This record gives sequence, structure tokens and C-alpha cells, in this order.
Amino acid sequence: MSQSTVHKPELMDENLLSIPTFKLLKQDGTLYQGASAPDFSEDFAVKVYQDLVFTRVLDERMINAQRQGRIPFYLASLGEEAASVGSAAALSDHDMIFAQYREQGALRLRGFTAQQFMDQCFSNELDLGKGRQMPIHYGSKALNYMTISSPLATQIPQAAGYAYGQKLAGLDAVTICYFGEGAASEGDFHAGVNMAAVLNCPTLFLCRNNGYAISTPADEQFKGDGVASRGIGYGIKTIRVDGNDLLAMYEATRIARDYALENNAPVLIEAMSYRLGAHSTSDDPTGYRSKDEEAKWAKKDPVLRYKHWLTKQGWWDDDKEKALYAEYREDILSQMKAAEKRPVPTLDHLIEDVYDQPSDQLRKQLSELKQHIRQYPDNYPKTAGRLDA
Amino acid sequence: MSQMNLLQAINNALDIAMEKDDKVVCFGEDVGFFGGVFRATSHLQEKYGRARCFNTPLVEQGIIGFANGLASQGHKPVAEIQFGDYIFPAFDQIVNETAKFRYRSGNEFDVGGLTIRTPYGGGIKGGHYHSQSPEAYFAHTPGLKIVVPRNPHQAKGLLLASIRDENPVIFFEPKRLYRASVGDVPEEDYELPIGKADVVREGSDITLLAWGAQMEIISDAAEKADKDGIDCEVIDLRSILPWDIETVVSSVQKTGRLLISHEAPLTNGFGAEIAATVQEEAFLSLESPIMRVCGLDVPYPLAHETEYMPDATKVYEAIKRSIHY
Repeated sequence: MSQSTVHKPELMDENLLSIPTFKLLKQDGTLYQGASAPDFSEDFAVKVYQDLVFTRVLDERMINAQRQGRIPFYLASLGEEAASVGSAAALSDHDMIFAQYREQGALRLRGFTAQQFMDQCFSNELDLGKGRQMPIHYGSKALNYMTISSPLATQIPQAAGYAYGQKLAGLDAVTICYFGEGAASEGDFHAGVNMAAVLNCPTLFLCRNNGYAISTPADEQFKGDGVASRGIGYGIKTIRVDGNDLLAMYEATRIARDYALENNAPVLIEAMSYRLGAHSTSDDPTGYRSKDEEAKWAKKDPVLRYKHWLTKQGWWDDDKEKALYAEYREDILSQMKAAEKRPVPTLDHLIEDVYDQPSDQLRKQLSELKQHIRQYPDNYPKTAGRLDA
Repeated sequence: MSQMNLLQAINNALDIAMEKDDKVVCFGEDVGFFGGVFRATSHLQEKYGRARCFNTPLVEQGIIGFANGLASQGHKPVAEIQFGDYIFPAFDQIVNETAKFRYRSGNEFDVGGLTIRTPYGGGIKGGHYHSQSPEAYFAHTPGLKIVVPRNPHQAKGLLLASIRDENPVIFFEPKRLYRASVGDVPEEDYELPIGKADVVREGSDITLLAWGAQMEIISDAAEKADKDGIDCEVIDLRSILPWDIETVVSSVQKTGRLLISHEAPLTNGFGAEIAATVQEEAFLSLESPIMRVCGLDVPYPLAHETEYMPDATKVYEAIKRSIHY
């Protein structure tokens, strides 16, 4: 705490703290003067682009699938792909990812397949989550991607605790925690960031500030200088980044990770972006924002910006582009058709994993339910035919 | 064997758990060097270091959120909430996160290593916010286990079992008995089973059922009734979730009568769940309505604490009403 004193009363001005935005890449794919690109190999740079494109194709297909009534719900990441893919690209596979729900790009980068995305969205028997959660609530132990839950910001103090555990276990790893600027208003944001600071946890807190929490614009969310200014208040290293600039997202996350590991300390990264699509398939943004605003941000397309850079390196061209989109559309569509034909998990899964072993009470409830379904099989067509599977 | 009070038994259990398994980590408000406001974590920081026994900032939702993350990483956090009355800021983390962690992920992840310790209950002039018994709020949540010990021997064995259980456990400690309850406790490592009730006194006329600090009260009432020739069977439920239906129902099938007593308010208290289950399972054995002797449906009062509490006189009177029904 500062020891300096003054002897005339003066209210500190909230604008005292004005945090600049770190940018490397212009929209045409050239670098800003004085900026230097990260040290990407061609293979790595192309892999990153493929994950951006996959995410975009996935979102487009799944929104359509929801409109056709094939899945009950979907939530796209249009306009924010670089924020999750660029940051996750700077991590080690051993680092843990705690996501909010708009970070499918990071999961793709880790290796989640089209089939795995589809099986979760269609809650069938191959879903790792056993069909229990809504679409887009992905998780994978093998890929160090913590299962997503709907309650906002609950993952923030959990990410602090997870990173503390990695430190205690002597693992050379950090935890990254994604959340939106709306979630940062929850008490769990305060709890998690403060605890990570005080308890010296190697956690990267990554806020996607996309301007809106459903219909609420950011200026109805906070008065201060975004979310980044709060990091300074908690006494942690902080950086604000252009979230539509994949190279800047990568670089910021890379130095943040190094710092967190070396110092056993958290870092806050605020990625400035824009939610180009609706909040979810249950939302229509025309009721609360203008077409002009959307058009302005569409010109800042993060995928296109990175593609321009990649093309300038001589690593990408139109033929590759066409082939990649065709490949992903085909892959996702064929996996979708397969996933929707797969049955839901067997009824026994209903009582499993509540505890490590089902209690006597749960076994009794399941047995009564099965008896009831046997009596009225027509009312339970998904399960009646395979009760003893 | 040595003589320990309830706090010493808890401290001893934590010491053993931390010594035998370096994944066990204790934290909460004032838990570190100071050893906790009740001294349950005394000397643990000196012995195991600041990394494994430490203070947290004053934020209950953060303590449990942090504990969830630490448990999902593979550690066995023993998180302390200073008073059960202050567990509510962490209600979301416990109910939406802790309890559903394994289920929602299809067992990809779990927080089975987590134990939440918290003092509960009245009788210490604690008023609204140092007296509550919140077990019923959590008993409505699949995925949690809830344990309440009645004396030092039970506390040590049940706490060791809770820390090592593969599921998250809320461990409610009867703070009125922290120093008041003293008894023989084995010095070695032992566990008592979670989910099993304990028949502490056999009888034939009526079953008395309670948990935690209320066990002392119903045992006193049973002594009183004994002088009237009423033979009470006294059962300590020990685990609220999952609870031992079999032991309770077979006792009621034998005695034909049941009295449940808890400090928490009557309406929707855990006694209601027990009464509904027993009337379903032992309908033909019941010779009188199931009695519930509980706190009133008011916030826990200060000046009228004695009147509020389901004391031995109230329990004794209810025993007589049941017998003479």
C-alpha cells in the first residue's frame, strides 16, 4: 500500500487509469509500425487459421441446425474467434482451460473433433458428458478443458484454485480462465481474482469484452475503464489487447503465461472485441443495437485479418481457402447426420455420477422408473425399447 | 485412548489426514497461523507449512469456488466456513457447482476430494447469525453428502471418513459442544461410516431420532421418560444425506412410534423428509402420528433462545403425547 500522503483533500479521478490497447496487425494484414509478429512457423500459422475457419463453419452449421429444430440451443462465437484461438495457441497442452461458453475455438485448437462437437450438441450416447447438459457445454479431461457450466463466473475462483493445485503439485503449468465482461460483474469475479492475487496462483484471467451481455451494453455494466482497470486494483499484472488481432492475442498470452509461471502470480488480459452474432439462438439483437454498429465491426473481422497476414507470408491462397471450407462443411455435416442418429445414453446413466456410486435411494428410484416405463412404453419412446441395455 | 474435547478431536483428525496425505489442504478465514476462531486448525500451519494451511480473503463464495477448483485438480481441500450462518454466499458454488460437478461432466471431472467444515447450531447466545442449522437447505441437493457428529469420538471418525470420501461432504460441527463435549478418543487413525445411523440406546416403546448437539437433548428426555416406565430407542442419524432409511424404519417397525427432533425450524426441516418416508415405509406399524420437536418457524432469536430451542422438556412432553395417543 502506498505510503505517500497529501494535506489537502483531493478526490482521485477515475480517469487516472487509462489503459492502452495492444495491437500488432492492421485489418489489411500488415503490421503496425514498430510492431513485430510472433515467431510462427508456417505449419503452426496454418494450423491456427484452420481452427479459426473450423470454428466459423461449426457455428454457421449449428445455428442452422437449431433453426431446423435439430438441436434445442446453440451459441456462436462469431467475431471473437481470434480471442480464444489466439490466446489458447500460446498455451502448453498441459495448461488447464476454464471456459465460459463462447470459446469453442480454444477447444478445437486442443483437438476436439467434429464428431465430439456433434455428439455433445445432440446429447447422444457418445457425448463425453453423457447427454446431461445443454448444447455447447463441452468438456474433456484428455484435452485439459474443464466442463462448461451455465452459471456465470463460477469458474473464476475455481480457476484460481485449480492453478494453486498445479503449483502445489509442482506442475509446469498454468490455468487460463475465460469469461465475458458481463460475467465480470458477478461477485465470483471479485472473489476469484482477489484470491488468485493474494494466494499467488498462476492463473490467466481472460475477459472477452465484446460490448454486450445479451442486451445490456457495456456502459450499463460498469463505469470504470473496462475490466482491465480492475486488475490494477487487485494488484496484478494487466494488459488490454485488440481481441480481433490474433497475433496480439497470442503475444499477450505468451508473455502473460511466462510471467505467471515465473512469479506464481495471476495476470488479467482484457480482449476488446464485438459479439457479431446474436447472444444465442434464443436472442434477436435487432431489438437493442443498430445495423450500422454491426457493419462497422464486421469490417474488423478477425478471421479475415489473420488470413490477410497469412496470405502475405505466402502461406495461404484462394485454392487452399476453398478446399478448407469444403472439407470442414462436409466433415461437420456428415458428423451431424451420424450424431443425430445415435441413441441417447441408456437410462442407467440417469442415476450414475451423482455420486461416485449410486446410493440405495437412487437405485430404488431408477427401478421404480423402469417399472413405470414398462407399464407405459408408448409414453417414453426413447428409452422403452432399451431399458435393460 | 485419550480425553479430547470436540475441537481437539477435529484438530487431531485434520492433523492425521494432513500427515498421511499431502493432497489434504486446509484453508478459510483465520485458519492459518491463528488456527481458526475456534482453534480447530491450531498448529497445522506450523506443522505442514503455509502452502497447505492458510488464510483466505474474507469471501465465502471465493473459498468454496477456490476449493472446487483445487479439488477438481486432484487435491483434497478441507475448506472452513467460519459459521454455518455465513455459508449462504457460497450457496451457488455448493449447489450449482460442487454438487453437480461429476454428474454434469459425465465423470470427466469431479470434486470428490472436497470437505466443507462449518460450525452450526444454537445454545450459545449467538442470535440470528451465529446459531443457524442450515442442513435442510443442502439436503435438497443431489450430489452432496451431509454429516453431523455428536461427540469427539464421532467427530474424529466421521471427519476422517469425510475427507477421504470420493464425494463432496459438508461437515456440520455442533459448536455448542466444541468444548463442552469431552470423551475418550482413540489416538490412532479410524473412520466411521458415512450414511449409517447409530443406535445409541435400544428401547421398545418409541424411537427418538436426532443428530449433532440435539442427541444430548433427546438422550436426556429418554432418561426422564425411563423414570415413567417408557422405554425409548435413541438413534443418532449422523448422516443427513444420504440418510439411513433402513435403520430408522426397522426401529419404528419395532417400536411403532417415532419422534424426530432438530434445532432448525419445523417447516421443511429435515424432519419432514424423515416423517414422510417413515409413514410410507412403516405405515402399518405406526401407532401414533410422527412427532416433530423442532425450532419455531422464526429467525433464531436472542432473548428467547431458551424458549425457541427444542429442549429436553419439550421432547419429554412429546414422548408422553405419542405414548398416550
